[in-house]
Amino acid sequence: MRFDYQVIIDALPFLLDGLLLSFYLTAIAMVGGLALGTLLALMRTSGKLPLVWFAKLYVNFFRSLPLILVIFWFYFLVPLAIGRPVGSLYSALIAFTLFEAAYYSEIMRAGLNSVSRGQINAGLALGLTWRQNMQYVALPQAIRAMLPVLVTQAIILFQDTSLVYVVALRDFMTASSIVAVREGRLIELYLFAAVVYFIICFAGSMFVRSLQRRMVR
Amino acid sequence: MIEIDSINKWYGDFQVLKNCSLRVEKGEVVVVCGPSGSGKSTLIKCVNGLEPVDSGRITVNGMVVTDPSTRLPKVRAQIGMVFQHFELFPHKTALENLMLTQIKVLRRSRHEAERKAHQLLERVGLADQADKYPNALSGGQQQRVAIARALAMDPVAMLFDEPTSALDPEMISEVLDVMVELAREGMTMIVVTHEMGFARKVAQRVVFMDGGMIQEIAPTPVFFESPSSERAKLFLSKILSH
Ligand SMILES: Nc1ncnc2c1ncn2[C@@H]1O[C@H](COP(=O)(O)OP(=O)(O)O)[C@@H](O)[C@H]1O
Ligand SMILES: [Mg+2]
Repeated sequence: MRFDYQVIIDALPFLLDGLLLSFYLTAIAMVGGLALGTLLALMRTSGKLPLVWFAKLYVNFFRSLPLILVIFWFYFLVPLAIGRPVGSLYSALIAFTLFEAAYYSEIMRAGLNSVSRGQINAGLALGLTWRQNMQYVALPQAIRAMLPVLVTQAIILFQDTSLVYVVALRDFMTASSIVAVREGRLIELYLFAAVVYFIICFAGSMFVRSLQRRMVR
Repeated sequence: MIEIDSINKWYGDFQVLKNCSLRVEKGEVVVVCGPSGSGKSTLIKCVNGLEPVDSGRITVNGMVVTDPSTRLPKVRAQIGMVFQHFELFPHKTALENLMLTQIKVLRRSRHEAERKAHQLLERVGLADQADKYPNALSGGQQQRVAIARALAMDPVAMLFDEPTSALDPEMISEVLDVMVELAREGMTMIVVTHEMGFARKVAQRVVFMDGGMIQEIAPTPVFFESPSSERAKLFLSKILSH
């Protein structure tokens, strides 16, 4: 059997759409998840019991579920809750963001814990309020310390976007599968998909490594 | 200026401060010494409310630190604190370390904060290091920046917690010189230190702590010539022998 490049070239616009959706989901879920996750981590470290409990419950809840189930759920539940369909894209965005927030919150919590008591005291002693101290002293240091892990999580997230096929969205992986089956060219398409994933994730991990090297400074 | 009135504090079952009282007048320099674990750090952290007390009363410049309704950030902004391990913000340059709380706490303009920061860095002899990050500075330089950072808030009093004990010996004097100058200018200071040379030079009184208690408060010459408690004598003989 001959390796058929043409089938890939013909399918490129379709595959590119899939790739763009994967990037889009990753970007939104990363930004939203990081923001919500940071909020959860702050609740967790606030020492205020109801907030601590809420954050704990949230994180443990989402971490005990497979992502695919969460995506499914939001697809069926959100329309029930608000009384009209929201479409698969929005339900997937919500599901990803809420799900990622649980993981980002644990990363940010580890980051906040890595900021020493001495730094916290220094900020407070200068007259910063708890909130200001978090904002200007603790969080910038936590994010720095956790940057490599945050990027790694983004790479995992990027790979996980392939799960949106369950709500009939076409990310890069799903688009590749569709072409593969339609054209009967499984080897070409799955090989191509693997190469693309590898390049993107490899670039990501190179980025992480250069961040780590720069931060040793 | 600073009044500590019969404070008690526990960590669980362990009483770390036992009925401690101390009055520091405006412009006075008081050195606090004593063996490790005697509660010196805890005592000065109570003064700006970084550690809560279980009983007793502390006032600074008329503000009641131990009153739960007191807004602590407002009190702390007026009391400078210098730490053993400097605690400069590592993600900010020396200049930015001095500017941050001037802007966020005192609501000074960027321009004003920057001017003040440059002026203070100059004063501690670090005008040329303004744009360096803390990890590019030596320990002695970092501690001088930390002192300048506290001074940028125009504090009414300064607390020092073993400011030279994490420093290499050759850097101790550059930090002490800044502190001596500050003392001579009339800053109210509580200094936890084992630098007895510094104490002799600028302290009006010396406080000796042991086991969570203030064992002795004496005028500096008296403390060095004839400390009244046996423990202080023992402590002095140990620390002056090397
Ligand atoms: N957060 C804490 N929890 C429990 N014990 C503490 C804590 N901080 C300090 N201590 C204890 O309180 C005592 C006094 O500590 P500290 O004030 O740091 O002493 P010093 O500064 O004189 O060396 C020590 O025995 C120390 O172990
Ligand atoms: Mg101490």
